[in-house]
Amino acid sequence: MVELTLPKNSQVKAGKHWPAPAGATKVKTFKIYRYDPEAGGNPRWDTYDVDMEAVGPMVLDALLYIKNTIDPTLAFRRSCREGVCGSCSMNIGGRNTLACTHGWAEVPGKAVQIAPLPHAPVVKDLIPDLTLFYAQYASVEPWLHTDTPEPQTEWKQSPEDRLKLDGLYECILCACCSTSCPSYWWNGDKYLGPAALLHAYRWLIDSRDEATGDRLDQLEDPFKLYRCHTIMNCAQVCPKGLNPAKAIAEIKKMMVERVV
Amino acid sequence: MSAYKFIDHKFDVVVVGAGGSGLRAALGCAQAGLKTACVTKVFPTRSHTVAAQGGISASLGNMSPDDWRWHMYDTVKGSDWLGDQDAIEYLARNAPAAVYELEHWGVPFTRTAEGKIYQRAFGGMTKNYGDGPIQRTCAAADRTGHAMLHTMYGQSLAHDTEFFIEYFALDLIMDDGVCRGVTAWKLDDGTLHRFQAQTVILATGGYGRAYFSATSAHTCTGDGNAMALRAGLPLQDMEFVQFHPTGIYGAGCLITEGARGEGGYLTNSEGERFMERYAPSVKDLAPRDMVSRAMTLEIREGRGVGPNKDHIFLHLDHLDPKMLHERLPGISETAKVFAGVDVTKAPIPVLPTVHYNMGGIPTNYHGEVVTRAGDNPDSVIPGLMAVGEAACVSVHGANRLGSNSLTDLVVFGRAAALRCAEVLKPGATQPELKDSQTQPHLDRFDRFRNANGAQTTAALRLEMQKAMQEDAAVFRTGESLESGAKRLEAVWAKKADIKVSDRGLVWNTDLMETLEFDNLIGQAVVTVAGAVNRTESRGAHAREDFGDRNDTEWMKHTLAWLDVGTGKVKIDYRPVHSYTMSDDIAYIPPKARVY
Repeated sequence: MVELTLPKNSQVKAGKHWPAPAGATKVKTFKIYRYDPEAGGNPRWDTYDVDMEAVGPMVLDALLYIKNTIDPTLAFRRSCREGVCGSCSMNIGGRNTLACTHGWAEVPGKAVQIAPLPHAPVVKDLIPDLTLFYAQYASVEPWLHTDTPEPQTEWKQSPEDRLKLDGLYECILCACCSTSCPSYWWNGDKYLGPAALLHAYRWLIDSRDEATGDRLDQLEDPFKLYRCHTIMNCAQVCPKGLNPAKAIAEIKKMMVERVV
Repeated sequence: MSAYKFIDHKFDVVVVGAGGSGLRAALGCAQAGLKTACVTKVFPTRSHTVAAQGGISASLGNMSPDDWRWHMYDTVKGSDWLGDQDAIEYLARNAPAAVYELEHWGVPFTRTAEGKIYQRAFGGMTKNYGDGPIQRTCAAADRTGHAMLHTMYGQSLAHDTEFFIEYFALDLIMDDGVCRGVTAWKLDDGTLHRFQAQTVILATGGYGRAYFSATSAHTCTGDGNAMALRAGLPLQDMEFVQFHPTGIYGAGCLITEGARGEGGYLTNSEGERFMERYAPSVKDLAPRDMVSRAMTLEIREGRGVGPNKDHIFLHLDHLDPKMLHERLPGISETAKVFAGVDVTKAPIPVLPTVHYNMGGIPTNYHGEVVTRAGDNPDSVIPGLMAVGEAACVSVHGANRLGSNSLTDLVVFGRAAALRCAEVLKPGATQPELKDSQTQPHLDRFDRFRNANGAQTTAALRLEMQKAMQEDAAVFRTGESLESGAKRLEAVWAKKADIKVSDRGLVWNTDLMETLEFDNLIGQAVVTVAGAVNRTESRGAHAREDFGDRNDTEWMKHTLAWLDVGTGKVKIDYRPVHSYTMSDDIAYIPPKARVY
């Protein structure tokens, strides 16, 4: 059944307002999605007027400042704080990105609005449930498949063949791409989404891998691969500058090439 | 207190942590037919191994002839002779096979023209026992840790490891000196779990976040080390904290040593390549402790750069932009984002930044946790192993060489799994757990969950971090360390008055950070206690009041026990192993450490 409005219990209500301390001169407003599964009730937008004097340049710096000095109950994932672990992906100013590498000053509009990644179940505050995303990643069998007995030393790979993995292996599984894809929003249960497909192509194109045929067979399905409609949101938002849509197009080409 | 109920699980092996060493250990145990669980507080690919950049050392000899004995010699010398040479031999000998295994699993290593794994130069890595730099560090551009961790997680999916992801480990289940399992809190539904196992392998990483500025991730809180302390076990050589020479000034983000391995160099305010004075033969490729000290001295003597003359420049702007793009793309991006620097045009502002803990849970080279029991300095704790940065095998001694850490992860992760396969019987009967064994875990959890004092966790954590940063730095004195100890005592005392605002059980990050802070403060206390106690300078522990290495008195490992009730530390020692593993190489006797 198509549902065109949010169900009543998902509608986001106005929440608490945390005013800036008296005398603050450099104030920025952060509007942050809050949801506490244990308290019950609807999600809400809490508003924090933050004195930015002592806050670092990134959105994550602001979130940490809020958590450390204003409201310790705010929940979000974070780890490396330098754009390599993929923990702090969220929707900032309407765009999926990493909080740790995105400057708060770059966010357009008066207030910085922060929500969890769209179209994933929310566990709490800015923390989405990514179980499906991870299962889809696992489904492309992201490991090297070989039948030839392993050599004593390394498999040889020319620098040219190695170059083909650039732009693919750097993926940090932050899920910014998949959760920004309208086609994935619509068919997320059956369409693998840009991240999983980028990984599928990373193994398909690896000169050492010997399961190209099997891998393509696995993707030969009306939904898993072909629900990519080249909307390109994935490439727009990838915080690592990767282009999953191109990888998907390359898989489609491989599908055609093996038939003709 | 409210009643908590455990959900029980029974495995042959439970690995805590899913970074490089945890994944390797879990994989090996699963391959050996042992029922294996991997319990981790973050999704595996978010573990801090992901941030390792420069590479993994192994004497493959792809760039020029190499020998595992040379690698071993360099590691012993790098450790300032505090490393155990039997373990170092094990590391160096097994490194090539470990790298080939990773390659066979699919790690996208950078390649040479012949299609072999590319190797770059790294600090302290030399040919022919100290005869100039060698290229020994196997690299996947400057994202080697990322490439390894993702490949290893992929490989785990092909095997039968059962993952328990976003479970926060609480404490070890101890039964009269034997480890029987571990308790954990499942973040997404708030349930508590009891994982029973014949063997628990701690792979919980380091505790860089005890300091204010660290390259370490927010999650590097040494939870396993703290669990060991609470179980009444000692930690070893905790006074040895590595400062990486090139953390970005301000942000603290890592710029790989591989940047210097590819030809980068450091300059002071006079534009001088000052490392030529401190390490004439290897210059900018001296080990990290020496480079960090040299940088600190340059700044202290007024030759720092910037408006406050408080940092140093790292130059890559003379290097071929094409090479930078191919081999150092990650740090080029990091420098742009966090320092606003285009590395092809301008130098990166850098400062020595806390990076790695040589100390940790004492183990032998099979990964079995050991302690001193009476006259036996190598008494094994049944049922407990440790690997990776959490462990102190000790292969890194007083100072780790760059790129030896990734090697350590996979070599000893594998070693622990081999040991489990050897000594455990799949499905062997395990004794019933008793509630009395886990009641203290619940009491601690509940006490913090309902803590309603006046001190926020963030404020106490900051106070601890500032004390460590200022008083247990690159250079230490008796005075600074005593001051640090006092400041930590004050933080410890305030812990009784801590305040947690979130009372929930689902993804209560306020509570998790409080439990992590409680883990950190114990490690900070033993770190400073060990540093006060060690009246010599060795590797990363540089005492200005005791400037020389003193082999007569201090050729020994510090063991530090923490009384978790009072915060008091008890210290004892283990001898450094003065023997190798085999007859293929003789013990390398100590000599002056000059480069």
